[in-house]
Amino acid sequence: MSVLVALEVTSGSEITLREDESLLRSMERSCFMLPKIGCKGGGCGLCKVQVLSGEYELGKMSKKHVSELDKLNGKVLACRCYPKSDLTFNVNTTNR
Amino acid sequence: MKKGVMRPGHVQIRVLDLNEAVKHYVELMGLIEMDRDQEGRVYLKAWTEVDKYSVILRESYEPGMDFMGFKCTSEEVVEELRKELLARGCEVEDIPEGDLKDCGRRVQFRAPTGHLFELFATKEQTGKWGVGDHNPEAWPRGLSGMRASRFDHCLLYGPNLPETLDLFSSVLGFDLAEQVVAPDGTRVAQFLTVGMKAHDVAFIHNDEPDKFHHASFFLETWHDVLRAADLLSMTDTAIDIGPTRHGLTHGQTIYFFDPSGNRNEVFAGGDYHYPDHPPVTWDADELGKAIFYHDRQLNERFLTVLT
Ligand code: FES
Ligand SMILES: [Fe+2]
Repeated sequence: MSVLVALEVTSGSEITLREDESLLRSMERSCFMLPKIGCKGGGCGLCKVQVLSGEYELGKMSKKHVSELDKLNGKVLACRCYPKSDLTFNVNTTNR
Repeated sequence: MKKGVMRPGHVQIRVLDLNEAVKHYVELMGLIEMDRDQEGRVYLKAWTEVDKYSVILRESYEPGMDFMGFKCTSEEVVEELRKELLARGCEVEDIPEGDLKDCGRRVQFRAPTGHLFELFATKEQTGKWGVGDHNPEAWPRGLSGMRASRFDHCLLYGPNLPETLDLFSSVLGFDLAEQVVAPDGTRVAQFLTVGMKAHDVAFIHNDEPDKFHHASFFLETWHDVLRAADLLSMTDTAIDIGPTRHGLTHGQTIYFFDPSGNRNEVFAGGDYHYPDHPPVTWDADELGKAIFYHDRQLNERFLTVLT
């Protein structure tokens, strides 16, 4: 299987992904810094990103920070987002 | 003046996934699972505690703290303090015996910071875990992970610090042990104690009410704090900061996160407080050093990452 890659559209950075690793962890490993990193547990809402395309699974997240509508629109917490394909995403979300 | 409130008795923490949380608090932090109830809540204790439990985990869609409970010397004290809370215009809610397992009636009230607190006097005592109180050995074998020895305090974020201090001191008998004061005289942090410990509950000003910063557990030595940090790396658990020392209370500490993003602390050492001691004051422009004594600056997370 080929290596999966996530493209962050604002910076143009490419981040290599690992299986069963959260998008946030992959970003950290690649030294790609989110504006803010918090609890890494889906609780604080600081790592919210906008996924534009690609497949992913989600772990549990605080509903205070991610509504069902957010989920439908790809606004998810990077620490709870597990990519299953190549991904494009944006660290800028409109309602951070 | 002492009013019969003894110590922090328990904290109920909301978690996103109960199994992950139990694994964290039991295997990594070394708490002991004591019971579960019909609502699915899990009851945990640290080994030196005599009461049956001090931490209750509840699964929810949103992490954070449900309430923190203080144990009082008697049911009469709970009744008297209930009256005083009512006389102050506080709304109180009476929770009947048995709502929390093996715990007597509880009186709940909301502090001006938005946090829910409760008073109780009766809880089953199962004794220090693994050693008991008759010719006890120094410590029990078979503890896991960090081997946390007791639940110590919570740090909470919310508004209305002056009103909250007044409630805790005049009604509940807490002392102001340490504070952080802004140049204009506004108190931005207050550390309160009801015994000799440096703090039993602490508050930092925040516009949004009812936010949870951390629940803290005591370890014996600095080496135990370092060992805790090693365990966090071994388990790839998110560390917030440390090991380091706080300026406030001078405890040796590490902050980290549970799997739902609730912050935990384990710490050793620190100052003590007697009722005749004036409060220790830190200037707000030294806040960095007051919180993280070695870095001497706050990390962004300290003020913003809350559940
Ligand atoms: S870092 Fe806190 S929700 Fe992701
Ligand atoms: Fe603390």
